[in-house]
Amino acid sequence: MVSGLHNTGLDWPSIEALLNVLLLENSTTAKVVISTTVLGLASGLVGCFLLLRKRSLMGDALSHACLPGIGLAFIVMTQFMGLEGKNLSGLLLGATITGIIGVVLVMMIRNTSRIKDDAAMGIVLSVFFGLGTVVLTLVQQSPGYSAAGLESFIYGKTASITQQDADMIQAVAAVVFLCSVLLFKEFKLLCFDEGFSRSQGWPVNGLDVILLALVTLVTVVGLQAVGLILIIAFLITPAAAARFWTNDLTVMVILSAIIGSISGWLGATLSALLPRLPAGAVIVLVAAMIFMFSMFFGSARGVVRRWLSMYKLKRKIGRQHLLRAVFEIQEALCLEQSKDPANVAVPFKTLLNHRSWTPKRVRQLLRQADHEDHIDLIDGDNVRLSESGFGEAARITRNHRLWEIFLITHADIAASHVDRDADSVEHVLSPDMVRELEEKLDMLGIPESPHYIAQAARGGPA
Amino acid sequence: MPDLAYHNKPSATPPLREDDHSPRAPLSIHDLTVAYHRKPVLWDIDLDIPEGKLVGIIGPNGAGKSTLIKACLDLVPKASGLVQVYGQPYKRQRSVVGYVPQRESVDWDFPVSALDVVTMGLYRDIGWFKVVRRKHKDIARAALDRVGISHLAERQISQLSGGQQQRVFLARALAQDASLYFMDEPFAAVDAATERAIVTLLKDLQSQGKTTLVVHHDLATVTQYFDYVILLNMRVVAAGPTEEVFTAENLHRTYGGKLTLLAEAGHALSQIKRG
Repeated sequence: MVSGLHNTGLDWPSIEALLNVLLLENSTTAKVVISTTVLGLASGLVGCFLLLRKRSLMGDALSHACLPGIGLAFIVMTQFMGLEGKNLSGLLLGATITGIIGVVLVMMIRNTSRIKDDAAMGIVLSVFFGLGTVVLTLVQQSPGYSAAGLESFIYGKTASITQQDADMIQAVAAVVFLCSVLLFKEFKLLCFDEGFSRSQGWPVNGLDVILLALVTLVTVVGLQAVGLILIIAFLITPAAAARFWTNDLTVMVILSAIIGSISGWLGATLSALLPRLPAGAVIVLVAAMIFMFSMFFGSARGVVRRWLSMYKLKRKIGRQHLLRAVFEIQEALCLEQSKDPANVAVPFKTLLNHRSWTPKRVRQLLRQADHEDHIDLIDGDNVRLSESGFGEAARITRNHRLWEIFLITHADIAASHVDRDADSVEHVLSPDMVRELEEKLDMLGIPESPHYIAQAARGGPA
Repeated sequence: MPDLAYHNKPSATPPLREDDHSPRAPLSIHDLTVAYHRKPVLWDIDLDIPEGKLVGIIGPNGAGKSTLIKACLDLVPKASGLVQVYGQPYKRQRSVVGYVPQRESVDWDFPVSALDVVTMGLYRDIGWFKVVRRKHKDIARAALDRVGISHLAERQISQLSGGQQQRVFLARALAQDASLYFMDEPFAAVDAATERAIVTLLKDLQSQGKTTLVVHHDLATVTQYFDYVILLNMRVVAAGPTEEVFTAENLHRTYGGKLTLLAEAGHALSQIKRG
């Protein structure tokens, strides 16, 4: 297995190397790891608002539109200003300028033509990226090109983060943090209800500009770390993952910042330990893994939680149908002998005919009921409920009938239709609602069924 | 944002300035024209809404009913014309105007609770950068209580029924404590209980002397709900007290040859005669 890994070019780090990275002992590593962590925090914060404003693609258009700016800034600096092509602030300034031009173009296309948002963004995104590629190819031969490492902006090259870079990331994170706190309520209203916000006199366009400016800042300082292709994932994924855990915007924003930080930290750490792995991609993959986990196990909207609650409801409905069926049969059997309903054994065949159940389904329901201690005895032909099962059956039947009678007396539904309607509601009746029904109907015992029950044909309740 | 800066709300009828000679109607519209993509949607609208009326804005689809409201609230650009709220431009009167947008205009999956949404009606009062305080939440809770869903305050809005969502929107406008309300189809796709609750609320607002404009679709209930109607089809066909304006002839002019709607109108008229 180790040799297999050698073939891929990956080396497992030694314990010392592991500790070295985890404890941030090497100053270069420390700089990288801290920078990506802080960047993750900022992108998680601003990503939430970007996602909720439904402008995720705008971030993508913006980051791609940065590429020609980098190439053009390189040309301007080396050809006209006699500067070194490596000058980071110059390159990032160029990126910012074309990035903003890209966003403005998207808005212009949207406002002046009938082309929709997504198409406008698609056009700008690919045209600017194409333009950027052309510019980079043109300057490839110029002196200082390889030293400037322009291509590292496309995929990101975390290891090349300089002190200047780290400072910039921290400054941007501070600005983003401050704006997210101060403008939290303003952004919340903007993202939820633009029209109302505007009618209240909030400067919707101004707030949008601030939000996009924050996105631009994060994108531009993130170019070095994760690259312009992947930065959008770093912006959106933490926010989307956080949404699965909460229905509260405040919690979502905090969680998103934490997920962003963890992705940045873990991604950079992994890439420091396994130097062949590109940090930008690893960071995004970590974020994606957190997203996948959240999607399945998220406590507010996770898939598993939904499946589980649906499964539970189905089980509950099955149990209630079975117990009510048994009770109704018992009722009919006892009435034949003019006795009060009691927990008598019920023939399996009668039960099978009571509803449109298959034998397999009935056996499954009985097994489940046995599990819940609702069944005392199952032999070949007969089924008898346990004490608690009988009590439960009586309660369920009563709820069903109370609801049926309520529908007939208060909602004008015909007695022949009421069974189906009651069926859909009785499983969700809360004790409070049952009490209200009792009061409204003034009934305490188990009322007779208001409609004819097929199996209890002989002398069954009318 | 100078108009966000003042926190003391003017009283229901703000004092007139000395140089102000315009009428004091809650809403007066002069020569309003609105166009989308150069295609006119509203033409030459002239309206004066008297104080304390419950006003129904009636007209076929595409008649510009919502646009009329939006133009009053500066949400769509006016090609020409003037809208005045208590004799002044809307942007100086925001604090006396409440707005209930169409329910479908927002994403109800948004991660906020009912109480959060209602509190949004107070953001203007709270002002820039400041956080929502306890007293604001109390006002919001009281507004939710007025629409009968204070027990759902903490519920996330996607877990509310359509009718409950509509009530949340109404509560948000109530929290603003305005004197002129614009409501865009509050009766669209709500359950009967909510419809009754909204009607009660509207009458309640009217009894407090407030003026409410409601975009409405159901001709059968117009005479029951509103004492003033605006019949709109790109132009104002007729506007005035319901019993004078809501006539077969006017409805015919409003709805043109749309037969199904005419049948509806006929039904509505027969109800007037009966009732």
